[in-house]
Amino acid sequence: MDQRITAGIDCGSKTTKCVIVEGNDPIGIGLTSSGFDIKEAINRSLNDALCASNMDRECIERIGVTGAGAGNTEIVDIEINEIRAMGRGAVHFFPGATTVVDVGAEMARTARLSKNGNVEDFAMNEKCAAGAGAFIEAMSRALGVPLEDMGELANQSNNPIPMNAQCVIFAESEVVGQIHANTPVKDICRAIHDAMASRIASMIRRVGPMGTSDDDIVVMGGVALNTGFIEALKRELMVERLRIPRHPLIVPAVGAALIAREEGSD
Amino acid sequence: MNRNYDNQEFWRWTESRWENPTVSLEDANHITSGIDVGSVSSQAVVVADGQIYCYGNMRTGSNSPDSARNALRHALEGTGLTEDRIEYCIGTGYGRVNVPMADRTITEIACHARGANLIYGNDLRTVLDVGGQDCKAIRCNEKGKVTNFLMNDKCAAGTGRGMEVMADMLSVPITDLGERSFDIEKEPRPVSSTCVVYAKTEATGLLRSGWDVNEVLAGYCSAMAERIFSLIQRIGVEERFAITGGMAKNRGVIDRLVRIMDIEPMTTEWDPQIAGAAGAALFAHTLVEKGKGRDGEGK
Repeated sequence: MDQRITAGIDCGSKTTKCVIVEGNDPIGIGLTSSGFDIKEAINRSLNDALCASNMDRECIERIGVTGAGAGNTEIVDIEINEIRAMGRGAVHFFPGATTVVDVGAEMARTARLSKNGNVEDFAMNEKCAAGAGAFIEAMSRALGVPLEDMGELANQSNNPIPMNAQCVIFAESEVVGQIHANTPVKDICRAIHDAMASRIASMIRRVGPMGTSDDDIVVMGGVALNTGFIEALKRELMVERLRIPRHPLIVPAVGAALIAREEGSD
Repeated sequence: MNRNYDNQEFWRWTESRWENPTVSLEDANHITSGIDVGSVSSQAVVVADGQIYCYGNMRTGSNSPDSARNALRHALEGTGLTEDRIEYCIGTGYGRVNVPMADRTITEIACHARGANLIYGNDLRTVLDVGGQDCKAIRCNEKGKVTNFLMNDKCAAGTGRGMEVMADMLSVPITDLGERSFDIEKEPRPVSSTCVVYAKTEATGLLRSGWDVNEVLAGYCSAMAERIFSLIQRIGVEERFAITGGMAKNRGVIDRLVRIMDIEPMTTEWDPQIAGAAGAALFAHTLVEKGKGRDGEGK
């Protein structure tokens, strides 16, 4: 096995993630807020990951970068398309993955993988934040419920109510309206997650037919940590199981590190 | 929407009321009213024989029936006219089904065209209404009848709500925002015009990179203008042209929109937000005149 050590960096709109990979295993993770200076965020996340893995900068053979901030720094050896990075990362953790879903702070992407793990088709939100983590964040502010509690609360509700607004901004007003109408907070939470799941589900359907028993759907990105969203997505897709990696945030960064190694000059 | 903010409420705009000194109720045959309950603002217009007698424009509260009542009360304040003298009332707008005193309802598109025809005259052919939660482009004929329309009510980009979000974020009162967006040295590039959430993120980045608040406002106003232009372009503009709704009061967006369109909009002394309610009141007047009022066959 190739034991060279590489790093993968994923610059998201909100968080920059760095992973050091040795062999098949991530050995150190660095997460930092992307902020305004992406170069600075990249360096900070790399240093954190080096610290966590007890490595020196010299040990890293190659660095792959992906995400919105790619192309911003000289330390990078290879730039990797986001869709490819998320596909590669998903297959690494779940070799049988057929469909990949990445829901981040402002972006949502879905991809269909072929049997050998290559991306066959993909879809993403480009113009609207409605299907991304920003949606739940805005609703948590409107409700005054901490973001971490939103999913848990949603799962306590057995009463689905529809949400009319698609737009994040209008949905905020709708939530305020529901609060005034004394709708139980858990039901509002559920409506929020159901709306979000329905948008992601339609993005999943855009990349390929669903419903065969060997479908293996991997969900990653910060929103994968939200159990309310995961349950809502299961209901919406009518599936029993979704694959959630242990660290859903770092999967594309792992993919980037692996591609950097595989496509490295020997 | 009773949004509670810790600090000042930068999104708050100025309410208005007006009474026509030249219209006398003594000789009026029919007095009718129109009430437009929108998502952000509510208006009541009272017409006497098809002439605007008085109007009130207020913020919509959390409850549509109360908002309708308050707007009408505001319009009638100090006029001596009482509600029972109003022969017929039509409700319109987003909350039209919740107007308690309405005898019937008519959609806001029809009411807007009809009201704008009264406010701006028979030459009016294209109305752009930019309200709190939607943006409509309406084409109409010389009678104020709708011939075609387009509407965006799915996305906050290019609506008043999008502007409120920016006012709050930048802590600039919404009424000063237009003026301040011109207090700059050079017109900056527009920010993202597709999604308010992305525009907010972009604006934060620009502020951190050293842009002045006024420059960010200018960039945001241009983005709004571009967004609104893309809607109106799809339906085509025939002169003469007028802009109604709360955004008509925002120079920052309107002056930039006019620059892109290269068509001068018509102006009015009245509050440009009353078009919908005025149209509703006129429809009410027509019904009563035709004997289809409360006691007529229309009921």
